[in-house]
Amino acid sequence: MSSRDSILAAVARNQPARLPLPEMPAFVLGEGDPVEKFAAVAVSVGSKVFRVKNLEEVRQAILKEHVGAKRIVSGFPQFSDMAETSVAPGTDPHTLADMDLAILPAQLGVAENSALWVTDAQLPLRVLPFICQRLALVVRQQNIVPLMHQAYDVIGAQDYGFGTFIAGPSRTADIEQSLVLGAHGARTLSVFILEE
Amino acid sequence: MKETKDHAALSEAFNADEPRVNWHDETLWFVRQKRDRAAQTIPDWELLRETASRIKHNVLSNLHDYLLQFEASARANGVIVHWAADAREHNQIVHAILQKHKVDRMVKSKSMLTEECHLNEYLAENGVEVIDSDLGERIVQLAKEPPSHIVLPSIHKKKEEVGMIFHEHLGTPTGMSDPQALTEAARQHLRETFLTRRAALTGVNFAVAETGEFVICTNEGNADMGAHLADVHIACMGIEKLIPERKHLGVFLRLLTRSATGQPITTYSSHFKKPREGHELHLVLVDNGRSVQLGREDFRNSLKCIRCGACMNTCPVYRRSGGHSYHTAVAGPIGSILAPNLDMKANADLPFASTLCGSCTNVCPVKIDIHDQLYKWRQVIVREGYADTKKTMGMKAMTATFASPATFKLAGKAGRWFMRHAPFAVNNRLNPWYKQRDMPAPPKESFGEWYLKNRKKKHE
Repeated sequence: MSSRDSILAAVARNQPARLPLPEMPAFVLGEGDPVEKFAAVAVSVGSKVFRVKNLEEVRQAILKEHVGAKRIVSGFPQFSDMAETSVAPGTDPHTLADMDLAILPAQLGVAENSALWVTDAQLPLRVLPFICQRLALVVRQQNIVPLMHQAYDVIGAQDYGFGTFIAGPSRTADIEQSLVLGAHGARTLSVFILEE
Repeated sequence: MKETKDHAALSEAFNADEPRVNWHDETLWFVRQKRDRAAQTIPDWELLRETASRIKHNVLSNLHDYLLQFEASARANGVIVHWAADAREHNQIVHAILQKHKVDRMVKSKSMLTEECHLNEYLAENGVEVIDSDLGERIVQLAKEPPSHIVLPSIHKKKEEVGMIFHEHLGTPTGMSDPQALTEAARQHLRETFLTRRAALTGVNFAVAETGEFVICTNEGNADMGAHLADVHIACMGIEKLIPERKHLGVFLRLLTRSATGQPITTYSSHFKKPREGHELHLVLVDNGRSVQLGREDFRNSLKCIRCGACMNTCPVYRRSGGHSYHTAVAGPIGSILAPNLDMKANADLPFASTLCGSCTNVCPVKIDIHDQLYKWRQVIVREGYADTKKTMGMKAMTATFASPATFKLAGKAGRWFMRHAPFAVNNRLNPWYKQRDMPAPPKESFGEWYLKNRKKKHE
């Protein structure tokens, strides 16, 4: 008997009588405006938050914030004057090793933990938001949901190959519990909340 | 190479340096307090725990079908699924994948399962170099030690010691102890690793039966850096990591990091569903004793564990004895109910390494009855004849004493007489109670004698 079959047989033999799957309760965020909450949590985990009216304001803020950035990749065609806005299919991800800044749209944000959802729909290469030295994510205010449960309601049955929630810059506290930002992924995260 | 000392002996070694024990204790208590604050900000915390617990009960009661569903969904997504009955088969499967791709250097992110299977040692014997990319794991790897905590692998190391390890292995200047500078040195060193390894191995936090995807949570981004740059990604998971549907991730992702470190969520919660175009994604499903534990009614619930480490941070024994005193991959209260299932004889000491205070059960995000299971393991271990002989004899003597009023009275009298007239008979190293304590002053008489004199006569 293969290991597969013997494991499955042992599991079938030893699992208890079927217990029902619980209904998902209606969880609540608590008091306060979800967008305010999102911004406050984002700041608390080390992100920098910008409330902006349009993409032009994003551009102005980025030019000011990231003066030294040489190589920029962006998912917004509007930024083609300052960033590479198309990554050819089949590009070797290692060629992104010298990237300073990535500017990407996020599908949604979650107020309770400031996580932003991006999938391959926003990522020409999966490694993009991790390998860049600095990351900027842009989310529409109307796409900020209260809790993870609503986030998964929106995600639904999306058929991505890869998707990730990003909440803040890369961090570690593995040395004596001292918080250090910039472990292996992006050193900083700028979050733009777009009003329009 | 198996550690032969038991928990008590290893704790004694850890306790030789008292200020260090206090530092360890306080550091973990600090993490426990962060967990409390995070939990208290969620109005629905208890409802979340109850929901997570019930989802996991459903998973364990239907694991056979969920495994089949997961396998079919993952295969439809283009994932190559493997099954390993035990640690040995797991290690062989991983090695065979690496051989097929002619890879002899691999980068790995945190996976307690591979610690349980001793994968690094196995691959080293077969000429494959493994570099652990989680900062804490890299520190203990360079120090040639196992992790002492499942979430905080190098929580037992001081920053000055990390500085010395990095000086020796990474060439940083002597005397460096600033966590920021040390982390930067590791970032540079590991970035080169990520960019040059063709195979990456990761653990799995949750796998979704419905969609065939799996989720990996890290704060550092190391799992993603490894997986997205390598040609081959191997993910290894215990069969109990399944959850039924994607929407259930909402429940578990809300609980995991709040329970672990007090953060609202990890920086990265990455959902891997399909391989990268033109690359291989392997998934190894590992049993290694889990199906046996599933059949042990009293201990089955330990398979609900999501590896947050909250039970360790709160445990008064763990905090004062250190993770290495548990001599298993998973330390602390949860490790002490998982380990006897794998090897009851070698781990017979662990269920006794607890005060049964129940704090572990109170913080567990999936409501595992940890301290009840520790108590139940003790009875199994004694019944099976694996208990410490000194302890068994002591318990037998005590049972005989308590069973007979005459013997009980005589033993009390003798004890009081000895403590008064021959204190050296109890205040010595042969009495384990005396090791960290002074014996109490002996009372002049027993309660029975006092009662006879003062109360009983009056009522007559």
